[in-house]
Amino acid sequence: MSAPAVTRPSVLHEVTRGRVRNASRRRLVALALAVLVVAAFAVTLMAGQTFYPPRDVVRVIFGEQVPGASFTVGRLRLPRAVLAVTAGFSFGMAGVTFQTMLRNPLASPDVIGISSGASAAAAIAIVTLSLGETQVSVLAIVAALVVALLVYTLAFRDGVVGTRLILIGIGISAMLDSITSYVLSRAAEWDLQEATRWLTGSLNGVGWDQTVPAVIALAVLTPVLLSQGRNLSALRLGDDTASALGVRVERTRITVIVAAVGLIAFATAAAGPIAFVAFLSGPIAARIVGAGGSLLVPAGLVGSLLVLVADFAGQFAFDTRYPVGVVTGVLGAPYLVHLIVRTHRAGGSI
Amino acid sequence: MTTSHSLTAERLTLGYSDRVVVESLDLTVPPGKVTVVVGANACGKSTLLRSMSRLLAPRKGQVLLDGRQVHRMPAKELARTLGLLPQSPIAPEGITVLDLVGRGRHPHQGVFSRWSERDDAAVASALETTQTAELADRAVDELSGGQRQRVWIAMALAQQTDLLLLDEPITFLDASHQIEVLDLLTDLNRTRGTTVVMVLHDLNLAARYADHLIALAAGRIHAAGTPAEVLTEETVETVFGLRSRIIEDPVSGKPLMLPIGRHHVREEAGVGFPQREDSHQA
Repeated sequence: MSAPAVTRPSVLHEVTRGRVRNASRRRLVALALAVLVVAAFAVTLMAGQTFYPPRDVVRVIFGEQVPGASFTVGRLRLPRAVLAVTAGFSFGMAGVTFQTMLRNPLASPDVIGISSGASAAAAIAIVTLSLGETQVSVLAIVAALVVALLVYTLAFRDGVVGTRLILIGIGISAMLDSITSYVLSRAAEWDLQEATRWLTGSLNGVGWDQTVPAVIALAVLTPVLLSQGRNLSALRLGDDTASALGVRVERTRITVIVAAVGLIAFATAAAGPIAFVAFLSGPIAARIVGAGGSLLVPAGLVGSLLVLVADFAGQFAFDTRYPVGVVTGVLGAPYLVHLIVRTHRAGGSI
Repeated sequence: MTTSHSLTAERLTLGYSDRVVVESLDLTVPPGKVTVVVGANACGKSTLLRSMSRLLAPRKGQVLLDGRQVHRMPAKELARTLGLLPQSPIAPEGITVLDLVGRGRHPHQGVFSRWSERDDAAVASALETTQTAELADRAVDELSGGQRQRVWIAMALAQQTDLLLLDEPITFLDASHQIEVLDLLTDLNRTRGTTVVMVLHDLNLAARYADHLIALAAGRIHAAGTPAEVLTEETVETVFGLRSRIIEDPVSGKPLMLPIGRHHVREEAGVGFPQREDSHQA
């Protein structure tokens, strides 16, 4: 190998071109996803049992009274669609945060017990304690944080290893799910409707009361996560490499865990643990965007799109109306199996 | 890049949970030179390297870079002066060479700051130096072992540090790629004045490429100095528990260690080792 030469201008040119090309590709993909989300959002506002033209929908959004549309679009469809976008974005971003941080696609919050914690707490609050809606949400958020802390503490030994955390999380998740099932089996019929939302996730009958806290949480926590985007990308190279690149590994991890669990908790409190959205969004976004850049925003957009489309399909594509979580569950389960089969072929331990 | 930095360890004690690995160790890295650390498995080589680059906090003692404790320095500031290539870094699935090398710019970038021309220039120079520019658009996981190691070194070079620490950079490479990587690091040292500190397993390559050789045994420095001073039959015996013969390397003029095992040893080679058991049996 010859002595290092002065950089050839052609190499510099290639590097600049490659970087600009990658960046504009990422921007383009994000833009296309955003357009799809807006389109799906618009369709869910217009279409349904009754169709309202765009003009009516816009007038309702700007606060005008339109006979029929004001109620159907303003009271029913709008909060539902806004929550679909918000919850999807929250789940997608939180999921990809965990997957990136622990370098494992199985490490999403709905696999490692955080969503189950929120569900179990909510089920107990509704059925056993007969609490009101706000208290249920608060309890669910607290439970999600406590479970996250518990899993993290149990997995901690000279730092956190992804595989150990995932296995512990799956165990805790199973325990919590059985608590939820037990509580529901003893539920009075009038509680059951409300409580089953906490099993699969549903947007049926949501109003602004549920939607607004989730929107605020998303608005507050998104900048926190985005500010850690580069640190998160560096963490994908391994803790040692990230540390050598000047990342405070433990501090980054705590910050993104708190932010991501917060997103999960608020979205779950509003819509229930919509199955597999956190788990699916990141890998789908990675496939579209490529491995290089930050996946936070693309995964959030994929999450929004998934929830919007799945909810719409659940309402109108079948004879029976299914809650959104049932539809995303049907999509997510085969992917989970695929992942496990693939990692076993590759010789991975998990 | 000609400023020389001083990197020293003072009474450094290191360990994991209940195990002490390195005890009360003093060390000075000669600036502008290639330092190689050798020692038996589990003697604390990697632990020492990790601690010198802030990855492991010392139990006692301190690591000083230009007189400042590295464990108290702002992480990014340290990472602009001192780079480390760990033993087994992880390449995210599907990441391209260009993206990976670009990660080396992390300590030079703010939270939301945009990619600058200086970043491009550093990446281009790193690719050029390691002869990986042709691979820029390839996925890292498709590359051969030797190419991949050059790419990781390129990432560390894009960091543009005056000190570069490498943990076993040639362990999984075949002979020609080992030499290629060591030559590359020597180039860096000679043309840019980069201070190189690396852990190597191969004693003979260590002796050939080191300006300063450190032999570590059971968490202490057994010997340190030029390869000729350090690589002696006595050192090899103490540090590795291996009998050997040291001759002059006809290629480099540096010491060359020839191990003496139980088999394939000519009678005359055993002279000077009367305690050899199998020579009696033969």
